[in-house]
Amino acid sequence: MRVSVDLSALRGTQWHQHAVRFFLGGLVTVAAGLLAKGFGPVFGGLFLAFPAIFPAGATLIAKRERQKKARAGLHGVVRGRRAAALDAAGAVLGAVGLICFALLVCKELVGNPAPLVLSGALLAWAGVAVSLWWLRKKHPWRIAAAALAATVLVGHSSPSTPTAQSVTPGTTRPGDTP
Amino acid sequence: MDTKRRKPKQLSGCGMADLLIRFLIGGAVVSAFSVVGDVVRPKSFAGIFGAAPSVALATLALTLHKQGAAYAATEARSMSVGAIALLIYVWASSRVMWRSQLAVTTVTIAGLALWVVAALLGWLVLRSLS
Repeated sequence: MRVSVDLSALRGTQWHQHAVRFFLGGLVTVAAGLLAKGFGPVFGGLFLAFPAIFPAGATLIAKRERQKKARAGLHGVVRGRRAAALDAAGAVLGAVGLICFALLVCKELVGNPAPLVLSGALLAWAGVAVSLWWLRKKHPWRIAAAALAATVLVGHSSPSTPTAQSVTPGTTRPGDTP
Repeated sequence: MDTKRRKPKQLSGCGMADLLIRFLIGGAVVSAFSVVGDVVRPKSFAGIFGAAPSVALATLALTLHKQGAAYAATEARSMSVGAIALLIYVWASSRVMWRSQLAVTTVTIAGLALWVVAALLGWLVLRSLS
């Protein structure tokens, strides 16, 4: 199956749905910052992978499919649920890419130019997720091995793990030392 | 006693302007990835953008500016645990939505509890290892 872009899908999204996603995204980013300030970067860092997009996205997909079927006079609840399940299956691949993103940033950020590391990590996320999606379509049995290999490779890419001393003093609490 | 005094002081370090910038950047990045996820097909491919590093990019960029690379790298290490929790959450959601009669909203909202539990367990493991 080919990857394509369908801009007409944007017309099906109402302004308040964009507003809700903007608000949730902003809220989660603020919460992640406050939690890191209050409880240290080890706890706050967890929320950098909070599912900010997936719940609203899956609900929207199910609603659209339901409405499409309803316009044809059919009951589209099951169809909507299946479409959301497919979206979640894609998110599983994105999550593997996200693990690679986090490991790469953790290993390479100290001592390297930050814009380069963040851009590289973003490319790694996209590369891993898209490769796994392609493997899933072409060779379903290889996906687990490929996901594991990508995570292990990124995890062992460099020994430059941050140390307790390298974190700004006074910004962590006992138990938060890396 | 010392801990009780430190918490409000640390939180007061987050000014309203800083929070507003965080909110706007976070909202913009999450919206951008959501729109990309809306327009690409097929659905399984679009789903990849449901696990995009949107909050991470916004937060890490701001953290790098304020607290430096070592602090941001520590956050990124914990983020890998959060990402494993996300993997568990979306995988479980996919299975439940495919097999059960539950509404999608119910599954995705209730599933957030699974993310919280998995992330906290991972955080405890990370703490015990360090």
